[in-house]
Amino acid sequence: MSNPQRGAVEFRAVRKDYGGFTAVPNLNLKIEPGQLVTLLGPSGCGKTTTLRMLAGLETPTEGAILIGGQDVTRLPANRRDVTMVFQSYALFPHMSVLDNIAYGLESGGMKAAEARDHAARGLDLVGLAGRGDRLPSELSGGQQQRVAVARALVLEPQVLLLDEPLSNLDARLRRRVRTEIRELQQRLGFTAVYVTHDQDEALAVSDRIVVMKDGHIAQDGAPRELYEAPASEFIADFIGEANVIDCQILSVAEGQARIGVGGAELTLPARKGRPGAARLAVRPNAFHVRTDGPGLEGRVTSAAYLGDHIEYEIDTAAGSLFVVDAASSTARAPGSSVRLQFSGTGVALIA
Amino acid sequence: MNADNRRLDWILGGAIAALLILPWYKIRGGFFSFGWIGDLFTKSDLWPATVQVAIGRWQLWPVLALILGALWLRHARPSGADRGRWLVWLGAAGLVWLIAEGLAIGTRGWNWGLLESMFGEVAGQPAFGAGAVILAVAFTCLISFGAAERGALKGDAFILTSISMLILLVATFVFYPILSIFTGAFQDIDGAFTTEGVARNIVDPKIWSLSCLIGGPSCGVAWRTLFLALCTATATTGLGLAFALVATRTAFPFKKSLRLLTILPIITPPFVVGLSLIMLLGRTGTLTQVIEGATGLEFGRWIYGLPGIWLAQVLSFTPISFLVLIGVVEGISPSMEEASQTLRAGRWRTFRMVSLPLMAPGLANAFLIGFIESMADFGNPLVLGGSGGVLSTEIFFSVVGAQNDPSRAAVLAAILLCFTLSAFLAQRMWLSGKNFATVGGKGDGGMHAGLPRRLAWPVITIVTVWSIFTLVVYTMILFGGFVKLWGLDNSLTLEHYAHAFGITWGEDGLRWTGVAWNSFWTTMLIALIAAPLTAAVGLLTGWLIARQKFPGKAVFEFVLMMSFAIPGTVIGISYIMAFNLPPIQMTGTALILIMCFVFRNMPVGVRGSIAAMAQLDGSLDEASLTLGANSGRTLRRVILPLLRPAITAALVYSFVRAITSISAVIFLVSAKYNMATAYIVGLVENGQYGVAIAYSSVLIVVMIIVIGGFQMLVGERRLRRRSNPPAAKEATA
Ligand SMILES: Nc1ncnc2c1ncn2[C@@H]1O[C@H](COP(=O)(O)OP(=O)(O)O)[C@@H](O)[C@H]1O
Ligand SMILES: [Mg+2]
Repeated sequence: MSNPQRGAVEFRAVRKDYGGFTAVPNLNLKIEPGQLVTLLGPSGCGKTTTLRMLAGLETPTEGAILIGGQDVTRLPANRRDVTMVFQSYALFPHMSVLDNIAYGLESGGMKAAEARDHAARGLDLVGLAGRGDRLPSELSGGQQQRVAVARALVLEPQVLLLDEPLSNLDARLRRRVRTEIRELQQRLGFTAVYVTHDQDEALAVSDRIVVMKDGHIAQDGAPRELYEAPASEFIADFIGEANVIDCQILSVAEGQARIGVGGAELTLPARKGRPGAARLAVRPNAFHVRTDGPGLEGRVTSAAYLGDHIEYEIDTAAGSLFVVDAASSTARAPGSSVRLQFSGTGVALIA
Repeated sequence: MNADNRRLDWILGGAIAALLILPWYKIRGGFFSFGWIGDLFTKSDLWPATVQVAIGRWQLWPVLALILGALWLRHARPSGADRGRWLVWLGAAGLVWLIAEGLAIGTRGWNWGLLESMFGEVAGQPAFGAGAVILAVAFTCLISFGAAERGALKGDAFILTSISMLILLVATFVFYPILSIFTGAFQDIDGAFTTEGVARNIVDPKIWSLSCLIGGPSCGVAWRTLFLALCTATATTGLGLAFALVATRTAFPFKKSLRLLTILPIITPPFVVGLSLIMLLGRTGTLTQVIEGATGLEFGRWIYGLPGIWLAQVLSFTPISFLVLIGVVEGISPSMEEASQTLRAGRWRTFRMVSLPLMAPGLANAFLIGFIESMADFGNPLVLGGSGGVLSTEIFFSVVGAQNDPSRAAVLAAILLCFTLSAFLAQRMWLSGKNFATVGGKGDGGMHAGLPRRLAWPVITIVTVWSIFTLVVYTMILFGGFVKLWGLDNSLTLEHYAHAFGITWGEDGLRWTGVAWNSFWTTMLIALIAAPLTAAVGLLTGWLIARQKFPGKAVFEFVLMMSFAIPGTVIGISYIMAFNLPPIQMTGTALILIMCFVFRNMPVGVRGSIAAMAQLDGSLDEASLTLGANSGRTLRRVILPLLRPAITAALVYSFVRAITSISAVIFLVSAKYNMATAYIVGLVENGQYGVAIAYSSVLIVVMIIVIGGFQMLVGERRLRRRSNPPAAKEATA
């Protein structure tokens, strides 16, 4: 416990090939102890591969992996101080819940009675006290998920790995469980690496999000940073939908840029922008939809009523925009002309 | 890292103990009889390796040196990649040396004249014994441990050791014997190299003649065997398809009982069908007498020869074909047939244009299985062969009969092996080219189209007739044992059973007076030992193939599956050729029978465990690993408990097969270890049909009891556990 690096993770120039196919070309990543870091990206981008290399279930083709400051690249999974919550939970169906949780403790050489004691406390931790005698198949999906978390946590690993831990739960349960996981992580203060392809989930639980694309890190930062200052169109679109439109930076002063877009003007943090052509990420809800007044001229091409908001496709000089209007309750007819005013938030220059 | 040193200590300790204490060479009376301990001081052959070296067996010096080298490495070097490399080299050198010196120096000195002229004379040596076997194991472990220290396969010593042990075993008990056939073909009686035997046999008209095509008396045995196999395969495929269609696509009332048919070939010793055909259709057969009485025709001995063998084989192997084809017929997605019907195709057109082409790969598969089974069949040709045998019986008679011509047996075995392996390769290639038959698409509701009427009636008729025939044949087997002299004196008697299984209660207690008891108990004992070994080796191999990635895995799997296609007769002859002389001498022991069963029946265990493993979520293993368990613990605590049904199946299968098989066994039995099937064949040859039939029926009943008992055990377990096993599956879905 005295190791100050305990829980730190580092990937150094890690590469992973499957036969001739390169899943992860060159990964450099440092994770601070006690943080919950999410690997986010579309399916097939190499998240699971990265996680499995950290767990020791795959060996990197090149590079080094450090956990707690120690090089573990060649260390087999069972000798690494990390545990994993699997997408399918991988609970042993022939063992009771308590035996499942005690399994890792016993593998580490703990006496059976002591292990069961520990396991019961672990079960308590995830709010399933008293269900230890059941078989996994006698629990609901959410409960199974919590057993899987408890089983991984009782070993007090340096790092907890979670591979899409919520994907087998229904939408409602997902929200609750992800809050529970986050609370547990903050309470116990362990490092966690969390894999998901769901950006809502990532935004909700993470200290830091690493967005991956084709095995590369596309951007890496706090949730707010990614949302408000996307580094690329891919990020802008992947983290909360966005319209990416062309614009002109008219001038830059004191870190603020004056921007012209299709006849309208607005002022934004300049980031790295220089006067000239640039691109703008505009969230669908970043507009007020008006009948007249200043703003971007447009024509409604389609409208859908969705209860608490209305979704529009609107043709403008800057291209076809996807707009969400939560302010009004009646949809405008397709063909009607509108003015789109920037509401002040949800717009960012792409750096 | 301590584990590296600990396991090394174990294996080095074992090796040194073996070198110091255990006899290096084989003990005639058997190691476990321990009678040899009394002779320890008088017979030099019983002494351990260290002493053998001292009395001039210089060929063991390298073994000692290599082990000392490993010991030095253990203490002088830290564990790691560097030491690992050295250990691999040491282990490999040790194995190579053991093989080389074992093959080069036989009982009477050098095995090859060339070596003698180079190195001078050398004292002969007996076969490997306990000491040598342990050293071979130790060297194999050194290789695996070294590889583990180098980080191969993520440094998993358990997996590496399992793989290298399996390779060593398969090499010893599959490759080496097969190789021995080919070398045996080129040796004379003294073991000297000669091409005479091959040259004489390879052109022998008795093997290759095609004279029957131009009106000669009969063709060569190779062609006859091929012709028979083609006929059998055609008939079994056709009948199997008919059965499968009836069972799945008609309103036939006895569908359930049809499926019972599929158990028959498992529990029937292979010659029993032939035997009951003789009783039915032989010269004094029941049916023969009825027909001859009615028509006045004279049938003669037609049943002895190809027609009889063919009939017996079709009876024996149709159930296997049925089993294969029922899967194929059921596997065709009903929506394909429904689609065809909505496209205005009638039933007949749908069957001809859609169903049948989709079944084609399955039919080819069934055909090849029938072909291989027929080629490999030994029991029926032995009983029914008469003057015109087939390759498998011809092999047998060329070693046991008056001929005693091992090189002829070797040539014949090589020919037979070429036939079956070609069929196996053809099957593999065919299947890899056309995998559209594995439709198993998703969300297939729907019903299979019924058979078109013009097909349904003929098919149902054939199936009914054939089922009745099969029933009669099996009834014959059960009743034959109770009839005094079949066809001549049909009075009922218990005489045969008493003769075979008599028990008397004498002054000195219970006495097993029946002639069958001896072979019966031997059979049970050997089957009981072989079954768990077979299951263990098969399941371990299946796990390695299904779950581990290692270089050469595809080849490993291919070779294992290929051993399916090696006919039992070939195995039998290859085992006596390989294990009759040093370095490995096992003929006449129970061990050779056990090993033969283990490696003959293992592929089924492998298939079973691969199939069972496919239903277990792979992340279960990985979860166990990330929870700190090593592979051994994972296998023991997670995989094995979940594979229980597959284990039971493998146990039952290998137990039953050990009891029923004859083709390999007949070469390997000895006076001391005689097996039931071999004994029954002896009875048949003496014309004691009644006793033979009685004994066979007892075997069949015993096996039914065993299978039933095992099934009840499995069933009970499922009832006790409320859950349905793979919950992880359900979660993934
Ligand atoms: N065992 C494997 N063999 C070959 N290719 C693999 C293997 N595992 C993953 N891949 C490939 O590597 C890429 C990344 O996969 P993965 O890490 O599972 O993606 P995801 O981000 O969806 O978790 C994918 O293109 C996948 O097809
Ligand atoms: Mg994934």
